[in-house]
Amino acid sequence: MSTTEQTPAPRPAPDPGPPVAEKAPSRLKPVGRFVVSVLRMPSGFFGVLVMVAFVVMALTAPLFIHPSDLEVTKATGPLLASPRHGYPLGTDPAGRSVLLLVIWGSRTSLAIGVMATVLTMVLGATIGLVAGHYQGRTGRLLMHVTDWFIALPSLPLAIALAAVLGQGAASITIAIGVTSWTGTARLVRAQTLAVEARPFIERARALGATDTQLITRQVLPNVMPLILVSSTLTVASAILSEATLTFLGLGDPTSVSWGSLLNNAFMQGAVTGGAWWYLVPPGVAILIIVLGFTLVGRAVEHVLNARVQPR
Amino acid sequence: MTPGALPDAVADRRTPAEPLLDVRGLTVTYRSGKVPVYAARGVDLTLAPGETVGMAGESGSGKTTVAMSLLRLLPADAEVTGEIRFLGEDLLEANWARVRAVRWAEASVVFQGAMSALNPVQTIGDQIVEPITLHERVGEKVARGRARALLDSVGVPSRRIGSYPHELSGGQRQRVMMAMALACDPDLLIADEPTTALDVIVQAQILSLLTDLVRERGISLIMISHDLSVLASTCERIAVMYAGRLVETGPSRQVIADPLHPYTRALAGAFPTLGDPASRRSPGGLAGDPPDLREQIDGCPFAPRCPEVEDRCRSGVIPLVTHGDRAAACVHVPGYAEVVADG
Amino acid sequence: MSVPVQLEAPTVSGPEEGPERSDFWVYLARKVGAAIVSFIMLLVVGFVIFSLMPADPVSALTRGRPTSDAQMTHLRHELGLDKPLWERFLTFVGHTLSGNLGYSYEYHQSVSTLIADRLWPTLLLMGTSTLISIWLGMWLGIRAGWHPGSVLDRSASAVSLALWSVPTFWLGLILLVVFGSGSVGGIPAIFPAGGMQTHGTAGGLALSHITDVAWHLVLPCLTLVAVIFAQYVTIMRSSIIDERGNPYLLTARAKGLRDEVVRRRHAVPNALLPSVTVIFLQIGGMIGGAITVEVVYSWPGLGYLTFSALRIPDLQLLEGTFIVFSAAVIVCNLFADLLYRALDPRVRRQ
Repeated sequence: MSTTEQTPAPRPAPDPGPPVAEKAPSRLKPVGRFVVSVLRMPSGFFGVLVMVAFVVMALTAPLFIHPSDLEVTKATGPLLASPRHGYPLGTDPAGRSVLLLVIWGSRTSLAIGVMATVLTMVLGATIGLVAGHYQGRTGRLLMHVTDWFIALPSLPLAIALAAVLGQGAASITIAIGVTSWTGTARLVRAQTLAVEARPFIERARALGATDTQLITRQVLPNVMPLILVSSTLTVASAILSEATLTFLGLGDPTSVSWGSLLNNAFMQGAVTGGAWWYLVPPGVAILIIVLGFTLVGRAVEHVLNARVQPR
Repeated sequence: MTPGALPDAVADRRTPAEPLLDVRGLTVTYRSGKVPVYAARGVDLTLAPGETVGMAGESGSGKTTVAMSLLRLLPADAEVTGEIRFLGEDLLEANWARVRAVRWAEASVVFQGAMSALNPVQTIGDQIVEPITLHERVGEKVARGRARALLDSVGVPSRRIGSYPHELSGGQRQRVMMAMALACDPDLLIADEPTTALDVIVQAQILSLLTDLVRERGISLIMISHDLSVLASTCERIAVMYAGRLVETGPSRQVIADPLHPYTRALAGAFPTLGDPASRRSPGGLAGDPPDLREQIDGCPFAPRCPEVEDRCRSGVIPLVTHGDRAAACVHVPGYAEVVADG
Repeated sequence: MSVPVQLEAPTVSGPEEGPERSDFWVYLARKVGAAIVSFIMLLVVGFVIFSLMPADPVSALTRGRPTSDAQMTHLRHELGLDKPLWERFLTFVGHTLSGNLGYSYEYHQSVSTLIADRLWPTLLLMGTSTLISIWLGMWLGIRAGWHPGSVLDRSASAVSLALWSVPTFWLGLILLVVFGSGSVGGIPAIFPAGGMQTHGTAGGLALSHITDVAWHLVLPCLTLVAVIFAQYVTIMRSSIIDERGNPYLLTARAKGLRDEVVRRRHAVPNALLPSVTVIFLQIGGMIGGAITVEVVYSWPGLGYLTFSALRIPDLQLLEGTFIVFSAAVIVCNLFADLLYRALDPRVRRQ
């Protein structure tokens, strides 16, 4: 039954779930407390674990992967072989170990994901701040442009941009940035409006603060937490977008990324050949890391919301 | 279920022996969070056929909780104990099919805030017809005919039967709620703050309409309001609730004119009586806040705010003690000690 | 029977024909105007991307083919690249509005012809997937939202999250390799490995043709549905959750209706209103999925055409498909706005 009380008797706030902020030891600095709160949530813990694991793997890969393992001409394994001793995930049509390829691929995929996110955040936050601060014609115009962009289908636009800019990591990064900034822009604008509605902004203005000062000193610190949450979720979708664009052939043909592995698999007939060991691992890697970032984003959001509400 | 007053012989037979509604020890506890909320404690209420009772109290007093619990309309996390005997049948023991059959056909509700209590995308005609076709084996045409007659009886032109709720004014929507509530000829009508959010003139119209309809059809009425003057003009008896407990009951005229419980006195003072200029000048309002219902309260719940509080008010159980046809849960009522001693 | 005297003022609004009709035309004009503005902005963006950004479209066109300088100058003149910017833009707009989307040097056909040929397969794929996703999403979303926190709700959320977290094309590849190749775990090739119809079969409306196409449609449709139905589940679920708190549901329960009836007859119609329009707005997001699915399954639609254009790259063709896709989304959004107004009795009044 899901009826509602007409005049409810005073009831305690509903239990939000896992224990949050105030349990952390107060001797830690606020950042430390924040991190601990996020880690206390199962989603936060798993997400951070995954993030750290992948980053470590990507950074340390050169230590245990020899360039010759990745060269098509120097590979020594059996061609397109299913998993066996020595090759836990089998080999690709050139005889390279799929496992090593997937590990190496994380470097490019993560790098592009992060770079694209940075671009998205900068673009989105700037537009959002300006639109929220200058509320007159500039603001309205920016919002109309943002709304229009949101309506535009993103993959055709990304394809168009990447095709015109030429193959490569840079064009993919730009393409993802240009198609993803709208969400951040809206969030930042809403938050800017909320912050600027507070009385201390009026006071600061009366005291002669310039627009730049207002934005950087008052609005930006209040907007940062939101940007943080938004960025973790953006990395997740950026990695997905990178995989798709690279799969479609827009990436750098010489670099190894998860998308390029799948592109190779597709082009070289792994599908009809039934080479599932070549197809599954890159996708699973994407799945795990996207889940990781999404869960961290949700955990961070949860912690931030819980702080805002009085207990 | 027949409209009109019962023949005297039948009424005499029924009134003392078979009350329409007999509630004993009704206790409602919300268990949604870690801490239980005691919304209603040990409420006893009896209603005879055709009798009208007003339930008074401020927000959070438990009056709506008690009223909603009668038809088991509280959320799933509400734990309801006690007895709710409707026409002899304990609804708390009955299975859900039986409860659903009783709902609307034998006891219906007029909710407050008719704008949100009516389905915005259904015509008012459809909403009145719905319970008729649910509870009675009549066809659509017959049901619509009855809906038209009901609309006429509440003063809404029957040609508006195809209107949507947002096309009507606030007063008309409240009338539609009443027409809907009468659709299956119930024995009991529960009106939850039927006039809140209406302006004073419309309020008076709605109240007089309600009184007329209820009297003509011999329906019992439970009206909930925080406004004692509204209840006084519409109901024969008043029951005052505070912090989930009944603190006073009695004939409405007497309760208003000579309140026994200090809380009732404060409540009566807060609302000027229509037509009595002196009451507008008397100081109303009450200092302090109602108690937190999450706590088990020892003694009288009104003690922290009571101008007549004594030490003996703060501990033990202060039961509702009958004084003739009135009752009050206050140690200061003359004769309290004797009645309690008698047991 | 006493009838109270009517002292109230006449009703705030009554169902009248006149004002409502003219309101509608104003609304329509406003929305169509906005759509036209969007379309013009689209043309500007398209022009910027395809005519301004490429360093030299002619060298892109003639990549890989030995061309003399004179030939290149001639091509530039033919394509109007030596004219001033604004003139090029106006020519572009004029061409686009009259249906001339350029010429593909690779396929030796006009872009509009190519697009027109591939339109139906894309519509078939997207249309079928949308219908199935809506039905599935609604069924699951309504029930998940009616009992939030239940096992059904939590599993639906978990599955939705998992499906969102994988690239669409990868899902397609996996389905294809498992069910279409016959080489995995002994599972026979139940479904074709790609394409829209078996080579050499009769076309037209013959039953054998229809079943053949349907057979080829299964895996691509399944892939697309898997990715997009989660969005519809979310939409319906939050709609229902929003409705659950509304007082009129308590009224419905008090009337003695069963839980399923309260949900079906009262909550769902109200929850459906905002969902219907959002569903149309989602179609834009589906285009990306449709493109990749077509590529994986070699489904001969607009997405596959875009992919082929990429490989060359054929900029005129890419521009054409970009404009067509985006214009389609603008039209869908317009339709969504009009549909909402037609459905909600409250909005009609405005």
